[in-house]
Amino acid sequence: MIYIYFLAAIAVVVVAERVPSVGAKRALYAALGAALLLAPLVDRNDSDYNVLADAGVFVLLALGLNIVVGFAGLLDLGYAAFFAIGAYTYGMLASPQFGIHLPFWVLLFVAAALAALFGIILGAPTLRLHGDYLAIVTLGFGEIVPQIFQNLTAYTGGPNGISALDFPSFFGHSFGQRALPYYYVTLALIALGLALARNLRESRLGRAWMAIREDELAARHMGINTTLVKLSAFALGASFSGLGGVVFAAKLSLVSPDLFQFQVSVLIVSMLVLGGMGNIPGVVVGSLVLTLVNSVVLPQANALASAVGLHVDFSSYHFFIYGAILVGIMLFKPEGLLPSVQRREELRHATAPQDVRA
Amino acid sequence: MHEFLAQLINGISLGSIYALIALGYTMVYGIIGLINFAHGDVYTLGSFFSLAILGLLGATGELHGPALVIDAGLALFGAALLCGIAGVLIERLAYRRLRNAPRLAPLITAIGVSFILENAMQVWKGPSPVPFPAILPNPAVTVAGVAISLQQFVVVGLAIATMLALQLFVHGTRVGRAMRATAQDRDAAQLMGIDINKTIAITFLIGSALAGVAGFVSGVYYQSTWFFNGFGAGLKAFTAAVLGGIGNLAGAMLGGFLIGIVESFATWLLGGQWSNVAVFAILILALVFRPSGLLGETLPEKV
Repeated sequence: MIYIYFLAAIAVVVVAERVPSVGAKRALYAALGAALLLAPLVDRNDSDYNVLADAGVFVLLALGLNIVVGFAGLLDLGYAAFFAIGAYTYGMLASPQFGIHLPFWVLLFVAAALAALFGIILGAPTLRLHGDYLAIVTLGFGEIVPQIFQNLTAYTGGPNGISALDFPSFFGHSFGQRALPYYYVTLALIALGLALARNLRESRLGRAWMAIREDELAARHMGINTTLVKLSAFALGASFSGLGGVVFAAKLSLVSPDLFQFQVSVLIVSMLVLGGMGNIPGVVVGSLVLTLVNSVVLPQANALASAVGLHVDFSSYHFFIYGAILVGIMLFKPEGLLPSVQRREELRHATAPQDVRA
Repeated sequence: MHEFLAQLINGISLGSIYALIALGYTMVYGIIGLINFAHGDVYTLGSFFSLAILGLLGATGELHGPALVIDAGLALFGAALLCGIAGVLIERLAYRRLRNAPRLAPLITAIGVSFILENAMQVWKGPSPVPFPAILPNPAVTVAGVAISLQQFVVVGLAIATMLALQLFVHGTRVGRAMRATAQDRDAAQLMGIDINKTIAITFLIGSALAGVAGFVSGVYYQSTWFFNGFGAGLKAFTAAVLGGIGNLAGAMLGGFLIGIVESFATWLLGGQWSNVAVFAILILALVFRPSGLLGETLPEKV
């Protein structure tokens, strides 16, 4: 059953991006949206919504990272740090940890703002760097943040993290243990994120991002304030991750430092690379495919293997899958599986060595 | 004061391992401008290979006399050779096609290779740390009231000997000159009749072999290894290469020793859980404020 959601969503996006008529495209997306909203009338299996809500969080993260990596061309290898900041915001301000119990809805805004702030704090010193050095600095930041959360035991619960977080409530109705309310929250946030990402891309700021992605020097000489433009990419990208962090923490009712390791950052980069960096539908498809593999296919492959007496733990092959995606796509289809037309042309004809930075 | 000296010696031993790994980063970056993210995992591969060779030789405990020289020597050179081959294969299969691609493409590929290697090693030896036989007899020598173990002498001695050999090779042989020429200007070097592909392959061979040596040394020193060791060690060694001035061999060695000393003092003064934070903070500060490193020269931005 769970496969239907993923495959249908992926199929709709892929088909909609191929149809020439704008009307048909809109109709397809509207149908997908309606189907996702109404699905709980038919399917009452809460565990499906558990998987889907997780998938939704990752779609949100991928949309945010896409602003930084895909639009502005700043490879961020420490994106999980902002996810951690969002999650710990909820963990510390809506739990018995300090006896503070702020509402979920308020904390969504607080976390998005805090993550954006840290995006600026990280971004400011790195403005002079580009390309691979920038990537390594963000990686260092991504390593430091969870380590600090782990070390400040008095505030964050150390390696065990913080548990028994508050259940969010909606007009007095507690979410409780069910996954369904989180599913609707992630749907709403994705809708918001999609609208935001799309409008940003078409805006003056979005065009400035793409200009610095293609050639920072030229962009600066055309009068673009590269400082402001880069910082806004870091801030906006990070804010998505802050939102995702709050939903993730609330749903799990737990935060701990090991949830935000380097692998999470690479997982999200893999989603972008797989779908096509910079192209919103591609990024959504990339994140859906990888969550499907991670949380549905691999566990089922395990069950299947043990049923036929085969002793293979497929869930220990996550690293291999991410690695194979990164290498395979970069070697054979660097624009990703579902690229924008423009990007495909750029990458296919990028022959000048050194000075074109993707 | 005792504790200070002891930590300094600790840091130098640790630093010699980082220095060996940093050399590979710096050589590859110097010649093709790639942060070879998988290099740290080649280092772990080195400790796994030496472990496997020692296993084949039946060396499970302390060795003495000729057995020590032969077994340890075989493990050392075997690991270096196998890692060198692995490095050449990685370059051939994953990086060569992308030599003229947009700059981030090879870096992303290198991260992918790193994950594949980590997964392979996890499947090979399991997800937990693996014990490494304590093959060295371990009498300690007391110098000025500080105990220095034989292992520490061997670790530092091997590292320094390898680095000297590398310096001689790069500055004294024809192949070394080809490497320097290729690093300086690949097109011009090619026009002068240098086989670029061969030279780059040799760079990967040597850099990865050094990582193999570091892998053996770390196994002997820590008596344990783990499939995920290469991530942290690789990042620290990269920090060392940047700190020293990337592309600069002497800088990589200097940076390696400095990072080792910083880590050991941070562990002593702030506690082990802060040592990584300290090292990565140095990485960020070095990249932001002095990206050319301590010994590197500032190059104008290529447009």
